[in-house]
Amino acid sequence: MAGMTVIVRTIARLLFPFTFLFGVYIVLHGHLTPGGGFPGGVIIASSVVMLFLAYGIERAQKKVSLLHAEVLESVGGLAIVVLGLFGLLFGTFFLQNVFPLGELGQLFSAGNLPLLYLGVGIKVAAGILLIFYAMLFAFRGGEE
Amino acid sequence: MGLEPLIQNALLVFLFVLCVIAIELKDLLYSVIVLAGASITLAVVFLMLQAPDIAITQAAVGAGVATVLFVIAISRTRRQE
Repeated sequence: MAGMTVIVRTIARLLFPFTFLFGVYIVLHGHLTPGGGFPGGVIIASSVVMLFLAYGIERAQKKVSLLHAEVLESVGGLAIVVLGLFGLLFGTFFLQNVFPLGELGQLFSAGNLPLLYLGVGIKVAAGILLIFYAMLFAFRGGEE
Repeated sequence: MGLEPLIQNALLVFLFVLCVIAIELKDLLYSVIVLAGASITLAVVFLMLQAPDIAITQAAVGAGVATVLFVIAISRTRRQE
């Protein structure tokens, strides 16, 4: 993809921080408001994909490369498994809550749920970015 | 009978019309854009049925990711049906 006109580039550059921030908000407030890990991760990924389409794949690759996306996806999956093993170590079940519950309605409450949503959000965002990298590289013929 | 069921039925009819238009259009790029509009309409219907969680997911996946995926696929293949 070669990139688009000046209008599309300007709008994408102006809109990117707000879209990204909204995705982070959806992920971090997953245990308080509607939303959670998956919708927040999709919104974060779509904000980066918007930059891909506006500026072309070569310039976007300097921001988030294929290796970065792969590493982030693995870190997200690993965080979920490690959080589950914490419950197995201290409690009784996989993903059993071991952290203090806090007060109802506060941001830092609900035990391990915010951490779990954070892991799911990182994994979904990186995974959808990897889908787009695969779509963009699949038709170039062995360029990796 | 309040106003809310009327609006909901009107949105469902609008959704059906948008889906038929998306099938019948010969230019695939226009078809993808109409499909994104249908996805947004479905998200509003979900919101009126008091499922905001599903509405957020439908709006983000249907209008954001799926549309861009279709546009990339069209740019790699033919635009006309």
